[in-house]
Amino acid sequence: MNEKVLMKGNEAIAEAAIAAGCRHFFGYPITPQTEVAAYMSKRMPKIGGVYLQAESEVASINMVLGAGAAGVRVMTSTSSPGISLMAEGISYIAGSDVPCLIVNVQRGGPGLGGIQPSQADYFQATKSTAHGDFHILVFAPSTVQETVDMISTAFDLGDKYRMPAMVLSDGMLGQMMEPVILPEAKDPDKDSKNWAVSGHGNKREHNVVNSLYINPQELEDLVKARFERYKIIQENHQMAEEYLADDADIIIVAYGSSSRVSRSAIDAARAQGIKVGMIRPITLWPFPEKFINKHIGHTKAFLSVEMSMGQMVDDVRLVVNGRAPVEFYGRTGGIIPTPKEVLEQIIRINGGVQ
Amino acid sequence: MTVKGERPHALTKAPFHYCPGCTHGIVHRLVAEVIDELGIEGKTVGVASVGCSVFTYNYFNCDMVQAPHGRAPAVATGVKRARPENVVFTYQGDGDLAAIGMGETVHAAARGENIVAIFINNAIYGMTGGQMAPTTLPGQVTQTTPYGRDVKTAGNPIRVCELLSSLDGVALAERVTVDSVKNVRVAKKAIKKAFEYQIAGKGYCIVEVVSTCPTNWGMSPADAIQWLRDNMLPYYPLGVYKDVGEGEQ
Amino acid sequence: MSDLNVLFAGFGGQGILFSGKVMAYAALMEGKELSWLPSYGPEMRGGTASCSVCISDKAIGSPLVVNPDVLVVMNLPSLEKFEKDVVPGGLIIVDSSIVKKDVTRTDVRVVRIDASRIAEDNGLKGAANMVILGRLFKETGFCSAENLDLGLQKSVPTKKAFLLDNNRKAISLGIESEY
Repeated sequence: MNEKVLMKGNEAIAEAAIAAGCRHFFGYPITPQTEVAAYMSKRMPKIGGVYLQAESEVASINMVLGAGAAGVRVMTSTSSPGISLMAEGISYIAGSDVPCLIVNVQRGGPGLGGIQPSQADYFQATKSTAHGDFHILVFAPSTVQETVDMISTAFDLGDKYRMPAMVLSDGMLGQMMEPVILPEAKDPDKDSKNWAVSGHGNKREHNVVNSLYINPQELEDLVKARFERYKIIQENHQMAEEYLADDADIIIVAYGSSSRVSRSAIDAARAQGIKVGMIRPITLWPFPEKFINKHIGHTKAFLSVEMSMGQMVDDVRLVVNGRAPVEFYGRTGGIIPTPKEVLEQIIRINGGVQ
Repeated sequence: MTVKGERPHALTKAPFHYCPGCTHGIVHRLVAEVIDELGIEGKTVGVASVGCSVFTYNYFNCDMVQAPHGRAPAVATGVKRARPENVVFTYQGDGDLAAIGMGETVHAAARGENIVAIFINNAIYGMTGGQMAPTTLPGQVTQTTPYGRDVKTAGNPIRVCELLSSLDGVALAERVTVDSVKNVRVAKKAIKKAFEYQIAGKGYCIVEVVSTCPTNWGMSPADAIQWLRDNMLPYYPLGVYKDVGEGEQ
Repeated sequence: MSDLNVLFAGFGGQGILFSGKVMAYAALMEGKELSWLPSYGPEMRGGTASCSVCISDKAIGSPLVVNPDVLVVMNLPSLEKFEKDVVPGGLIIVDSSIVKKDVTRTDVRVVRIDASRIAEDNGLKGAANMVILGRLFKETGFCSAENLDLGLQKSVPTKKAFLLDNNRKAISLGIESEY
């Protein structure tokens, strides 16, 4: 096993991707994710990999499309405004059934917004990344170790289901250092994808990686087939952590950085005798409905805590579907809620402290 | 003018969808002949762009990937960086290469990205039905320049080979046309040289083919050829704008 | 000691982030849970810099230190900004070579150390951050002396190994300092 080291979240993303066999990185600088690119630019040339600084996020994502279509493990990384620029390419990648990894180290928006941590891209990641009927896998780590462990899962599931996977981090998780044990390195694999465009070598028919279907019936059939695949993913790959949820009267639903703040608040509330727990989504798409459904009945109220004006709370409401009140607390613009603020919400919902 | 001979192996059996008199068919054939002659079909990857030529992925027998509008140079960069052993070309029209994709084009060229761009300049948007292109001539009537392109408001046409030839990463920038048997031969020679340069690792190569669009120009195929000679070629002179030659890299 | 939340604050270039890193690595050597979170953005470039370090026996919740147990300040704006946030009974360590103003709070413990002068007098200009870290170590005992040294070794890049001894010396000066 590798030694436990201290690493910044962003650098850990890069090293974990390399360990997962990724040798192709295309990106464009943007705060607060630039360490991912800087780390890659240092490491890739030493291990026979490709680091290329593109002229824009638009170009980066299309380079990812090209390399992904050619059958190699490929990634890009950016922060919120960059994802908006990549939207077109992500839609084409999804529509062409090409796997890849996209990292979003979120910052405050809209517009140029700010550079401090945010979770305001939840809708964009899970519902409306770009035009057309499609989904991408969305993973939300809450620690540097989890980020590292998740990168390889994201690549593997992306390959398995031939779709883009996103790791939705934020400025806090990207900039902070925590102890981490890096995973054992896997060898890059560039020859197992029989659909890839890598030259047919006069041994097979030509492969075409494409998202254009002029015949509506053909397109509908294809999209429907893709949604059958999505169903399998929703059935098999929901991930969440439950924290003190079994006896809880109040369940906080929070992911990533806001789940860390919530955990501190929960510990403080428990110390005051309030039965509060947490469901921490690890996959945001598929949304971990099963984990919420399991706790309908004993839970008197749900509280979605986010670094946004309230986005994931919609998904919580859809799952709870009126069976319990669903409340929301959030800060936005790059402000991280404090455990004290969340504790106040818990106490308010609890009707005070007994 | 007729082009004789067997269908090149690098073309599939799918019939072209192009309009009568459109020069895409000739250029497809030239590219395919070059691929055959160099014996590289098995390791070639083509990048189809958005425009009339979008279906090239059905026509070329090599592996093909279709790019978002304007992004073919970036997609080709991704393929080539992932598979340097492959031969990678883009096939782009004037809207794709010189309007929405100018950024990707200039940067791929400046990087000396080892790819070939086959650039069809017919001074109009064909697929969407005849709107102004970045290469539409001054005074030329299109659906979106109904009174003729007024350069004061609609801007000036872009001469792509001249523009790109100033970049260090470019190995070959040559403008050709296919209006006569002689010029078809010159065009094929340029395309072949571009592919050979890529194989030799020389850098970005662009072959601009001044082309016709009889349908959207509103002319017969024969009149379109004449219009090309009378109007396009004076504005877009044929010739080699940059060639690093055999020795350099 | 179960939880220790420390906020280091000063000017960019004083080694604020590095002090935090040495502390974090020492805690790692100690087998503790920990987090290190820097301020980031334009303020790093010449403006104020701050850094949160959390050390605990349990998993770290929020890594952002809002109410520090220990506040280290190496410039006046940081004292003015963060003094009010220190938990009652907490500790404020001030580089008194730079910050002349007194701490006004009376419900916290204050250590004023002439760190920048001590560093300079000993030919260790720029190592005031390590002098203060030595003092912080002495005041809180957040790790063993061995692990503090290991933490330092881990934090200094191999290319800059020649800086190790100076940093060690600065830490010792901090530990031995009077106030």
